[in-house]
Formats: sequence, structure tokens, C-alpha cells
Amino acid sequence: MDKRTCDYTDGFPVWDKSMKATHTILMPDMLPWHFRIMQEVLKSEGYNVELLKNRTRTVVDEGLKHVHNDTCYPCLCIVGQYIDALKSGKYDPNKTALMITQTGGGCRASNYIPLIRKAVANEFPAVPVLSVNFSGLEKKSSMPVGVKLLSRLALAVLYGDSIMWCYNQTKPYEQESGAADAARDRAFYAVVRRIKKGGYSKYKKINREIIAEFASVKRVREKKPKVGIVGEIYVKYAPLGNNDLEKFLISEGCEPVLPALMDFVMYCIINVVNDRKLYGHKPATAFVYNIVYKLLKRMQKNVIKQFEEDGSFEPVHDFESLRGYADKVLNQGVKMGEGWLIPAEMAALAETGVPNIVCAQPFGCLPNHIAGKGAMRTLKTLYPDANIVAVDYDPSATKVNQENRIKLMIAAAKEKAADC
Amino acid sequence: MTKQMGIDVGSTTVKVTVLDGDKILYKSYVRHFARVKQTVLDELYCVRKKIGGDFSVSVTGSAGLGLSQRSGINFVQEVQAAFIAIRKYYPDADAAIELGGEDAKIIFITGGTEQRMNGSCAGGTGAFIDQMATLLNVSVKEMDEYALKAEKIYPIASRCGVFAKSDVQPLINQGAKKEDIAASIFQAVVDQTVSGLAQGRRIKGKVLFLGGPLHFLEALKRAFVKTLGLSGDQALFPENAPCFMSIGAALGSAGCKAESIDEIIAKVENAAESDDIVTGEPLFTSREEYSEFVKRHRATDLEFADIAAYTGDCYLGIDSGSTTTKLMLITPDCRILYSHYQSNNGQPLDVIISKLKEVYSLGGGRIKIRGSAVTGYGEDLIKSAIKADFGIVETIAHFKAALHFNPKVDFIIDIGGQDIKCFKIKNGAIDSIMLNEACSSGCGSFIQTFARAMGMEIDKFSQEGIYAKRPVELGSRCTVFMNSAVKQAQKEGAGVDDISAGLSSSIVKNAIYKVIRASSADDLGDNIVVQGGTFMNDAVLRSFEKETGKNVIRPGIAGLMGAFGAALYAKENISGESTVIGAAELDKFSYTSKSSNCRGCTSNCNINIISFGDGRRFISGNKCEKGAGLKPADSSLDIYTYKQERLLKCVTGAKGKRGRVGLPLQLGMYGQLPLWAGFFESCGFEVVLSDKSTRETYFKGQHTVASDTACYPAKLMHGHVENLLDKGVDFIFLPCESYNIDEHCSTNHYNCPVVAYYPELLIANNERLNGENFIMPYIDLNMRDNTVKKLCSALKKYGVKKRGAAKALDEGFLRLEKYHADVRAKADEILARAEAEGKQTVVLAGRPYHLDGEINHGINKLLTSLNLAVLSEDSVYERGEKLKVNVLNQWTYHARLYRAADFAAKRKNVNLVQLVSFGCGLDAITADEVRSIMEKNGKLYTQIKIDEINNLGVVKIRLRSMLAAVEEAAER
Repeated sequence: MDKRTCDYTDGFPVWDKSMKATHTILMPDMLPWHFRIMQEVLKSEGYNVELLKNRTRTVVDEGLKHVHNDTCYPCLCIVGQYIDALKSGKYDPNKTALMITQTGGGCRASNYIPLIRKAVANEFPAVPVLSVNFSGLEKKSSMPVGVKLLSRLALAVLYGDSIMWCYNQTKPYEQESGAADAARDRAFYAVVRRIKKGGYSKYKKINREIIAEFASVKRVREKKPKVGIVGEIYVKYAPLGNNDLEKFLISEGCEPVLPALMDFVMYCIINVVNDRKLYGHKPATAFVYNIVYKLLKRMQKNVIKQFEEDGSFEPVHDFESLRGYADKVLNQGVKMGEGWLIPAEMAALAETGVPNIVCAQPFGCLPNHIAGKGAMRTLKTLYPDANIVAVDYDPSATKVNQENRIKLMIAAAKEKAADC
Repeated sequence: MTKQMGIDVGSTTVKVTVLDGDKILYKSYVRHFARVKQTVLDELYCVRKKIGGDFSVSVTGSAGLGLSQRSGINFVQEVQAAFIAIRKYYPDADAAIELGGEDAKIIFITGGTEQRMNGSCAGGTGAFIDQMATLLNVSVKEMDEYALKAEKIYPIASRCGVFAKSDVQPLINQGAKKEDIAASIFQAVVDQTVSGLAQGRRIKGKVLFLGGPLHFLEALKRAFVKTLGLSGDQALFPENAPCFMSIGAALGSAGCKAESIDEIIAKVENAAESDDIVTGEPLFTSREEYSEFVKRHRATDLEFADIAAYTGDCYLGIDSGSTTTKLMLITPDCRILYSHYQSNNGQPLDVIISKLKEVYSLGGGRIKIRGSAVTGYGEDLIKSAIKADFGIVETIAHFKAALHFNPKVDFIIDIGGQDIKCFKIKNGAIDSIMLNEACSSGCGSFIQTFARAMGMEIDKFSQEGIYAKRPVELGSRCTVFMNSAVKQAQKEGAGVDDISAGLSSSIVKNAIYKVIRASSADDLGDNIVVQGGTFMNDAVLRSFEKETGKNVIRPGIAGLMGAFGAALYAKENISGESTVIGAAELDKFSYTSKSSNCRGCTSNCNINIISFGDGRRFISGNKCEKGAGLKPADSSLDIYTYKQERLLKCVTGAKGKRGRVGLPLQLGMYGQLPLWAGFFESCGFEVVLSDKSTRETYFKGQHTVASDTACYPAKLMHGHVENLLDKGVDFIFLPCESYNIDEHCSTNHYNCPVVAYYPELLIANNERLNGENFIMPYIDLNMRDNTVKKLCSALKKYGVKKRGAAKALDEGFLRLEKYHADVRAKADEILARAEAEGKQTVVLAGRPYHLDGEINHGINKLLTSLNLAVLSEDSVYERGEKLKVNVLNQWTYHARLYRAADFAAKRKNVNLVQLVSFGCGLDAITADEVRSIMEKNGKLYTQIKIDEINNLGVVKIRLRSMLAAVEEAAER
């Protein structure tokens, strides 16, 4: 920036290290189980983190009041959750901070942080917002993420994925009602125990335990239509964002297939590497990204191997194959938002016997025009059996409309299954 | 064989069919007016009486889902139901189109089965047609009859009812023929279905048309057949079209156990009323509270004077609004001599002429109109017809009126039939104006349409809400969303009273949180005056007071404030004799209206010519002055006109030996044309540009549009590609660029996702494109060597080599810089001249592609006609300082906006108007930031949302209000 720079910024409270001792940090509720593990990891690092679980209609109303009408729904949900929590009186506004991730990508999501600041500024002027990012953004007010914390968070993603993945393959088939939920609790506490007592990084061991917990649940031998969920990261995973889509699909007699969050993490990392190939960018950090990528890839390979050895569950997608699928549909240069990951996951699902897909997107999500709706025709050509429904999520889109569309997809899925 | 019963519960109707094998024993089609359960039961009683026995039964339809869940009757998704029936009765059909009350569906049968429903933002359905009929004040059937006699089609936005309304309303106001408007509405429905639903897939072969509207409306049928180019035997209109889904549901019950009719009835009777709708507090807890409320508001009624007895001076104010016409005659001491409020029935001029005659006859020669003023949508026409003294912008009229009731007023909100206007008052002048953007409009008339859908008059409907016990929460977005929220509430068993109260509260919330965007009631001010016809509805008024927690003033003439303000304005400003039409002249008054096309320029605007009896003419509908017979405004102070010409000059048109490359002039190409023209021409290609955008461009590419909520520029891009393909170029070139050129004033320099990757969408959705004729390399122009490499490999077939490409790229950059330099120089010249002539200047700030006349709808010309000089963001941003903003400043074109705002904010006599494309998610972020830059420097911020709608009326109000505010600020 120039010396002759005109400053239009409004002052905002900044997170500083000393607050670690005094402040409660609120965390939005995006992936319930992944974030619960992360919450434990951050707690063990000395951060007093609390994962929000408020999901009432007031959350959305607060969001509507505090952010721009046209801002994407995820931002609205997150802001709504924060304001609702702060207003609940449970937290001391002088000793509370808000946490948000930033990817630094070309979509609006990296702008959530100023929007959150603006939203809370009036009513809670002392509440700082701290950024969790790996792109050097928000240097003044971000959580220092070193290699150690980073790898611990990455493991949380890995474990969260396994729990989510096994649960979705168990719950629709459990013989005894509630058995899958009990297994999920046990798996979760197994992870938490390791965080507290050490051995947290022994991912092969832990993952095997997670699989074993779910494999022990007695399942009925029934064939249910599998329904994949892809789309924008928040509405894809957050029950608040997608009106509890997983639960709805299970109640409709389907098996939800929710691809791993690790895919998104690896997608963000590989995009930096891709930029070098595409444009000749040579950021100093690229080689670090490459190392991290290789590391994660190896971990994922091992996890897949464990799934295969155990045989109880379908293994998670292999990220390298996702990249291969993406190339069939569009260029991996489409990297804003969830970009090429969306059609890649749809293709992967179609390839692995899950042709029924809900593509969840916030109303008016720009990257989704291209990578979601825009890629449908190509996907239909590649996979004529693909049965995809694009669902928009939005504060006023009613559940009945969304469910009706999803039901149409399910009806087609069931009919096809009956034909076979 | 068991008898099969299908019950289709749609958003507005219930259809029941009973089948016995192939024989239809019973079929019915009735409106349910939100009383779903009762209507279904009545039908079932009927079946019991007429047929009786056992049935296998299924429910289908959007409102059938809830019924199924609570009664335990089998559910068949409605598209699925249609599909089942089609396979049985029309196995050779290739596709089916079904329009329902609030749904539109397409089923592709051959060539890959696919079933599609409209998304959550879509008009073009039965409800939309109802809404439009209400607007025209005819029944749907009459509208159909009118449409069959149409002579021409006007372009009407088809995406959603709200947009269409803003197209239709001006047509009505300008006196376009009902026949033509009706036909245009049906055409809009067709376009919506073809583009919104088919999304890139062509509808061809044998097409089946289903659902109520497509059965009952002949004109709609014809429009579909014609648009799809179907021959007689390709268009199938089944006799049972309205109850087709219920037939499907009946067939779909094949696997269900047969039950006796009594069992079925019992199931429905016992279906619980759901309790999971969100409800709010009642508006009034007791009758006393309500009468107290009524009393309080009576206090602000004006006094009357008896026109039959009065002798003396008076002042006339007319507010020719979008749906209603208001007229008021006051005495010099502000008593009401005469007032009138009525729906203009699409003929505002007729209403006004007849009422003026009444005024003169009542006045019996004793009254003397000393001054007159007209405001509102119909201002120009009415002013010209009755020779009024003044035409004033609505906002000023409303402010004048509010001041009369509370000299301390600091906030005015006016909710009319079609628009919401809010202004904050600071230091006795309008400080900021908020009008509803096209998206959240449709306010007052929405209740009216709804009331009708419920089979009630508006007064009764709103009165119902007063004592509602559990008003339903209906959300606060646009009317289309509210429609489905109501649908859900109905499904859950909410009553008419709860819905009525809920709608009132939605309208209020929409105004407060969407239009004003207040985070709390305190933002609104302490002395609030509410007005507009919608506030005459006590339920709305009460909702407003409840939501803001404040008692407000609603004058007794809330619906007439515009007219009252106009009369006050005339009173205060008249000098000399009034020119207003006299009694004798009025008796002889006559006019005829004719629609035509202006041939003043290539835009060929649709215009309306109204010829008055005395030979004068009034022309409306044209975008510029030319067609109105006036001298066009001087375009030499308009940088848009300059840029449009200058940009095209970047292409020399030289023939090339390597081939012909087509450059689609849209989206990013608007920003980089000089560069690519320079590159390709110096490589030895002939550069062929796509033709100038028109509405036809949009229609041409409509069938390949994949996402109906993308911005209009993106949608136009499809037509440009088609255009180039038709021109037979060797290939079309459109690069993918995550990164734009780094102009070193932002943290990052991205393109928006749509600009960056639209080529991917184009190639995926246009079957005419392939890797050979569509070249779309991924490049980052900041990386020169890499770009050269990428271009060489993309153009290998044409023998482009590294050295040549490098040189050509340099030439491209040179042309780009030259273009920018020329634009900057022109801006300097315009600024200097505007300053010398003491003119106000407006920086019309958007994106490079807002230069497109089809996208900006000629707003630049509108500005020059208002005697303003016009600049653009790219011509001045370098004059603005580099700056730090609250948001992450990471898009090249957006960074320009902030700097342009900085420039405009700090310079005297320069204002900023931001153009925002509907659907542009990024502008949700930039708009607030640009506003804050302007306001931090004490300047007004004006935003104009643009889309395919071609209605400058609203824009004009906005700009004139802005000018009025700027002038007032200058006077102070």
C-alpha cells in the first residue's frame, strides 16, 4: 500500500494474545462432529472455545437483521448464530470473541469477517473477531496457527470425516434404534480421550477404533437408495443451513452420502499448487503446500486401506481420483468457492454407485452458477443415470419447497432401484 | 379390479380423480382458498355419495405432502405422478410441460429422462398470471380473450412476478393496449418456462401440455406452440390436463392396500392440524386496544370544506401512481375540498379527466384553481394532458405533505401499491432516500392479489388480520417467496386471519429490514410519518408500530399524501396564472393512443403516441428524447457514449491470413477488448466482434442459460456466442482468468467467479461449441511469459509462434493502455467543461460491461437529459486515492469502485450512482462499502439495480430525488 492511502476503515476490537486467558471464543456450528473435535483440540491448546448449537428460527431472523439482504445464506446463518448467542446473556460481551475461517479465495466467503464485525459493532462493540487462515490475512487479529496446531486440526478433520462417514452408513440400517448414535458417541469420546491423554496423532490406530465402533452395530440387510450431498461447504454440511438434510434423507428411507471435509481441505491446498501449473505463479509457500498435500494424501490412502481391510463400509473417496473426475467435467482452474470440487464429487458419487445427488447451494451463490448448475449438462452426458437435484437454501425458501424437490429426486431413485 | 383414487392438492386447487381400470368414474377441479382439509373432505363426501366402495388412494401435489404426512395416506411426488400418467396415456410423448398454481415443471421423456421443477425464484406460473390479471383489472379469462386479439408483443421480464410488474405497469400507465399487454404476459410465461426450466435443453418432438392454465387459456397455448415451433400434431393438449396429476396419483396408488371410503375420510378427518408453524403475537389483544388505536390515529385527520358551498381559491394536486390515481383539491388553509383515490384500472388519464370534470361541476364556477402539480409514475403524461403548472418528483411531494403533519418529522416511510419509499430527514431536507429495489417490491398490491386468491376483497381480508390470534411468520423476502411461505402455512393448517396478519407483518419487515436495512428500530428516527395506501390497512399500520416499538403518525389521508404534497407544492410555488386546463376546455378533451416503434435510432424503442384532441401529442416509452420529438440531450458530456464508440475503434477490422477469431463483447471482454483485438490483429487474425446486445441477443441464447439467477450480463453472453457462431468465425476466443490485471490498489486482484469462469459454463451448455471452435485458455495476464506460452499452445493450430505471440501481446497491452489513456483524457475534458458550465456531474459507477446499452438501459442518456455530465468508474478511479476499506479488497473491478467513490465523494458537484446487476453477489459487499465512503464524506449514495427489466421510470424517480436532495443541500 502507498503512503498516500486514505483510510476508510472503522476501528474494530482486535484479538490479542492476552485474551486467550480471559475470553470465551465462540465457534459457528458448521459440521457438528468435526467441530466438536476441533473444539477439544483448541481447548487443549488453552483456548476457551465454545461450539454454538443454537439453531432456532431467531438465529435466521437475527442474521436477516444484521447482514445485507443479498449476502449469502451461510454468512447470514453464522452472523445470526453469533448475535443470538451474544444476546442470550450467556456470554460476557467484554470477554467473548468470535472465530471465523478465511480461505482468501475469490468468492465472498473470505469477506465474512468484515461482515461479522460490522454486524456486531453496534450492539457488542467490545467483541473481537479473530480469523483462522493460512493465507496471511488479518495479521492483526488472527489465531496463530503453527505447524503443530495445524496438524492437530487436520487430524480432527480426518476423524470427523470417519465418524460422519461411518455413521451415515450405519444409521439407516441399525437394527436397534439409537445404536448408531451410541456408537458415534463412543467413537467421539475415544478421540477426545486421546486429545486429553496423548496418542492423538496415532491416526491409524484411532481410525481403526472408529471403524470398529460402527462395525459393531448390527445392521439390517436392506438395500436403500444412496443419496449424495455436494455443494457449497456450509449448506452442504451444516444442519442449520440445510434444514437438517441428512436427517431428512434418513427419514425418507435413504442413505445419505456426505463426502469428506478432508477433500475440501486438500482442494484448497492443491489449488495453490495448480496455480503454479496454470499461470506460473511461484509463491514462496507453494513448496510447503506441496509437502502438506503429500502428507495428507498418504494419510488418506492409509485410511482408505483400513476401510477396505475392514470391509464393513465403503471407503471414503480418494482425492487423487476426484481430481481425475474433475478433469472430465471442467478445468481445475475453477477454484473459487467450492469450484471444481463440486462436479468432481458428483462424478465420484456417480462412479461409485450413488447416482442420486442433492447439490446444495445458497441462493445466488456465484461459483455455483458455473460449477454447480453450469456443470449439470456435462455430468448428465457423462452419467446418463445421474439423478441430480439442485436445491437453493435461503432464509425464506421454505422447507416444503425444498423437500418437495428432494422427494422428486428420491422418487426417481426408488423407481430406478425397483427397475433393477 | 380395485378402484383407484388420486387426490392432487396444489397451491390453489384440489383435484380428485377416481379410476376403474381405464375408465374415469369421477373427476373434479376446485379451488380450495387455503381450506385444504375441508375442500378435500367435501370432495371425498362427494365420492362416497356418487361411487362408494373401496379404493386404493394416493395424494400428490405441493400442499398434498403435509396432508399425506398427517393422514398417513400414501404420497406420490407430483412430477412423478405426471410421469406415471404420461407413460400410460401418451407413451410416444417426448416432453411434457406442466404449469400449476405456483409450480412449473418440465419432464423430458425421450433422450434421457429428466424431470425438472422451477427453483425457488421463479414466476411464470398460474399465480403469476393471476397477479397480472389483477394488475390489468380483468379476470384471467378476460385476459385470455384480450390476448387473442393482440397485435404486438412487448418485452416483459419473465423471471418473476415482481419484475414483470415493473414492466407491465409503465405499459399500462402509458396507455398501451390491454390486448397487447395480455399477450405479452403470456409470452413472458412461455419465455420463463423455456429459459428457466429447460436450461440448455431444447424442448422438441411431441410435447404434452398439462395443468390448469395450459388447459383453460387459449392464448397461452398458442404462445407455447408458436415459441417452441411445434406443428399441429406435435402439441398435445389432453382433455384431462387439469387433473392429470390426480390421475397419475390414482395410478400411483397401485401398490397400496385398498381401503373403504369411510376409512379414507376418517384418516383425513383425523389428520392433525399441525403445530409447527412459527407464529407471532396477535396484533391486538382486545377490542378496546383496537379502538384506542383507531382513536389515536383519527387525531391526524385533515378538516374538510364543502366544495358545493365553497367560494374562492384552491390548489390541485395529482399523484398518478403505479396502480392508483390520487387527486386532491385544497383550500389555501389546507382544508380538503375534494379528494379521490381509486385504482386507475390501467387508464389513469381517463380517471383524472372524469374526476376533474366532477370537480368543475361541483365547484359550479365558484372555485378557482390557482395552481396545480402532478407527481408519480404518470407525471409526464398527466402534466401534458391537463397542462399542469408543475411536475414534481414523488419524494419531494411526500416530504412536503409529511412536513405539514409534523414539522419535526425525521423519517418518512411510504408503502404504496408497488413501491416502498423511505427517506430520512436531516436539517429540514431529505438526507437519504431508500426505494425498494426491484427484488423486494410488490408490496401493497401483493396483499390485494392475495386477497383475491383467497376469494375476498382487500378490505375484508385485511380486517380479518386485526384479531388474528396466531399471525403466521411468512418471511420477508420477495413475494414469490412469500407465496410459498403461505403455501407452507396453509399446509400446516393456518387460517385466513392468521395469514392476513402474517402478510401485514411481512410487508412491514420487508420494508424495515430489506429496504431500509435498519438493525434496530432506533435507526428510523423519533418522528416517523407513515403514509401510502398500504398503511390505510390497520393491520399493516399496527404491525409497523409493533415492529418499531414506536407510535407513529398516519395521517387520515395517508393514501393521498402524494397528491396533498403536490397541492401544497403548487400553493407554495405558483406565481402568475395557472395554466391548468379549464372547465370549458375539459369538456372538449379527447385523446387516442397508438403504439409504435421509434425510428430515431437503432434501439427501435417501443413507444406510445397519445394524441390529444387539440392536436398536441405525447410520446412515451422511448429511452431518449429523440422519439419524443425533442432535441436529444447533448452527449458530448457523456463518457458512456464516448466509450461505446472508442471501444469499437480498438478493432481495426483488418483481414488476416491466419483466420477469423470471434470475440464475444460481454462480461470480461468489455474490459479487455483492446488487448485481445490488438493481440489477434497483430498475430494476423481478422477480429470479428459479436453484435451489439439487444433483447433479441438474450432470447437467442436463452435456451443455453444454465442458471436462471445469474446476472443479466452473463445471460446475454449466451446470445453473443450464438451470434458469433452464426457469423461463421473460425473460433471464438474467451479466456478463463481467475486473476484480472493487477492495478496495485487492492489486496488481491481477482475477477468475480462469473467473469472468471463463464467460458466453462458456455462450453458445457451450448451443444454447438466444442474444443475446436471455442478456445478458452486459463491465463493470468500478470504473468507475461506464461500467458504467451498458454496462448501459443491454445492457438497452435493456427501457427502462432512464441515470438510473434509475445510481440502481439505487447501490442495488445499498448492498445489497452491507449484506450485507458483516451478515456481518462475524455474524463478530464468532461470534468473541466462541466465545471466551467456549472453542471453537476455523476460518476455512473459499475463494471466495464455496464457500458453495454442493453445492460444499463440507457441510464447515461437519462442522466444527460437531466442536464448532468456523466463519467464512469474506470475513467476517474485513478484520481481517487488508494484506500483501505473494511472489507477484503480483492477484486480488480471492485477496487476501482472504491477509488472512484473516494474521488466523487471529495469533489464538489460530483455525485456517484452505483449500478448493480441483480444477482451480483459481490455487490452485496461493495455496495455497503461504497455507501460508507460516500457518507463518510457527507455525500449521498445512490444505487440502481438493473436487470433485464427495461423500465426507466423508477430509475428516473431515484435520480430526480437525488438531484433534488443535492440541490437542497447546495442551497443550504
